[in-house]
Amino acid sequence: MDLFEYQARDLFAKHGVPVLAGEVIDTPEAAREATERLGGKSVVKAQVKVGGRGKAGGVKLAATADEAVARATDILGMDIKGHTVHKVMIAELSPEIEAEYYVSYLLDRTNRTFLAMASVQGGMDIEEVAEKTPEALAKVPVNAVEGVNIEKAREIVALAKFPAEVAEGVAEAMVTLWETFVAEDALLVEVNPLVKTKDGRILALDGKVSLDENADFRQPGHEALEDKDAANPLEAAAKEKNLNYVKLDGEVGIIGNGAGLVMSTLDVVAYAGENHGGVKPANFLDIGGGASAAVMANGLEIILGDPDVKSVFVNVFGGITACDEVANGIVQALQLLADKGEEVTKPLVVRLDGNNAELGRKILSDANHPLVQRVDTMDGAADKAAELAAAK
Amino acid sequence: MAIFLNKDSKVIVQGMTGSTGMKHTKLMLADGTNIVGGVNPRKAGTSVDVDGTEIPVFGTVAEAIEKTGANVSVLFVPPAFSKAAVVEAIDAEIPLAVVITEGIAVHDSAAFWAYAKAKGNKTRIIGPNCPGLITPGQSNAGIIPGDITKPGRIGLVSKSGTLTYQMMYELRDIGFSSAVGIGGDPVIGTTHIDALAAFEADPDTDLIVMIGEIGGDAEERAADFIAKNVTKPVVGYVAGFTAPEGKTMGHAGAIVSGSSGTAAAKKEALEAAGVKVGKTPTETAKLARAILAG
Repeated sequence: MDLFEYQARDLFAKHGVPVLAGEVIDTPEAAREATERLGGKSVVKAQVKVGGRGKAGGVKLAATADEAVARATDILGMDIKGHTVHKVMIAELSPEIEAEYYVSYLLDRTNRTFLAMASVQGGMDIEEVAEKTPEALAKVPVNAVEGVNIEKAREIVALAKFPAEVAEGVAEAMVTLWETFVAEDALLVEVNPLVKTKDGRILALDGKVSLDENADFRQPGHEALEDKDAANPLEAAAKEKNLNYVKLDGEVGIIGNGAGLVMSTLDVVAYAGENHGGVKPANFLDIGGGASAAVMANGLEIILGDPDVKSVFVNVFGGITACDEVANGIVQALQLLADKGEEVTKPLVVRLDGNNAELGRKILSDANHPLVQRVDTMDGAADKAAELAAAK
Repeated sequence: MAIFLNKDSKVIVQGMTGSTGMKHTKLMLADGTNIVGGVNPRKAGTSVDVDGTEIPVFGTVAEAIEKTGANVSVLFVPPAFSKAAVVEAIDAEIPLAVVITEGIAVHDSAAFWAYAKAKGNKTRIIGPNCPGLITPGQSNAGIIPGDITKPGRIGLVSKSGTLTYQMMYELRDIGFSSAVGIGGDPVIGTTHIDALAAFEADPDTDLIVMIGEIGGDAEERAADFIAKNVTKPVVGYVAGFTAPEGKTMGHAGAIVSGSSGTAAAKKEALEAAGVKVGKTPTETAKLARAILAG
């Protein structure tokens, strides 16, 4: 889960990373009081989870509280690279800046360890720095068990060739940033820019944090950081029911078991769609291993509720999942929707193989629902589902 | 021969007495796996009757090894306790630990990997978030259904459980030497490369099927390894061509970040290494079939 800047700022502050004061607001009028609390001047910063907001006009200085209200009025509702601004942060004005740096910790999948990155060329896109001047970006492996203490932080700072007069301050900031990374179960903590001010302070002026949702069981505070407004309503409904769902922009609804098989199903449907007017998968939905009829019914309800869906492909290879459970789930879901008075008009193509496949196929045949058809190979079923979506 | 697991493997189950652990212990036994014990400190000294087989429960992995000579542990331990359980297996120096559990925090898996490394990698870790591995007709350590296929001469390594099953099913008439599900998490123990090296060295494997998916660069590195070190034919499949950028597709590790981790890049790298890559699982099976038919 990627966080907004203000949420990153709050986590940094909590773990002792030096930051400036700031608060988040969602109405222009609230900018006045927030700016007054900061002594009458502020920076109004758009809160969007995308880079380049400064260039897009999403960051403005305000010399008075009135001006802050005017700038917040301009920025709230603004579109930045397809992201609508719903919140702005009213931040303390930074003291004059002498230098901008970059520091981060992230997961290094390739080496199965963590990585510290640091550069004296901050304030710009770090991928650009990595590409144009790779020697200016120090990448230092961090052992997950040993972590980053002040000695390790000094080593990172030295490798990145920070000037002597800021080295100790940056190293101290890197220790607190590591504490943030570990304590919050983050996958990424990035400060860009980390600045040196004229009055000699080291400050984190902007940051990015991405959190590991697998750690939610020990991070009770993280649920509140979720941006529930931005979630697609279908994705939110699926999450409510503990389903692994991603909305896509096509017409063929997809349900399957196992992440790999469902990803593969999306691809196979997209290929099949090339022969049927270019129809594409409408979503990713993994009902997981050992799914019950109720889980299947929940999944089907979400997919049938998507107005973009024109046909549905249920693709199950029963490993732990039993195909008779899946078949019962389909029958139950259709009954449930009929009982609710919702008319189902979208055709379903079902492919069942593996554990109890014969039993599952028989359940579907016996139910004899007019909208359900069985195709017993994955490629054949994908083709049928694409054909039906294109015909609608 | 097969890889990592055979008829002589003595298997213990950490988390055997939980509902998932018990369900799969039964299935593994039914597949002929030699399960010699379970581990649960709160039930140490007792035994469990699993469909007529009496299985002793030990307090620790070390004790289980001492009493039974176990050399494989399969872990069905909930995510919150997985790190401690894997560390225990590493401390006991069990040669193979198969971590089935899905949903382990990355800071935990990175920590137990670092720990295994610091201890000299005496324990091979498979997973986490994987279906385990099977050597058909000999032993099954995990949740791969044992009745999909029979012993044969294809080796399979895959990030995905259900695609493993699908591929075993497509090629069920030919059969498999071993099939290894390495898991879909960002940090995993055994990699594609480890399995490729083992299959290359295994006299009972004639052809290798490798299944990958979006995220990370494991497939690209595997392609490089194949070009340099693998003489046996390799057939590949990559899932996730239609996955949008920045969205996690079910597996915690399956995410396209910017321009990296795409299925297209992985397919291209594999093909450059001489691997035949299928567009769909069925087409991939056909490619394997054609090579074996000569």
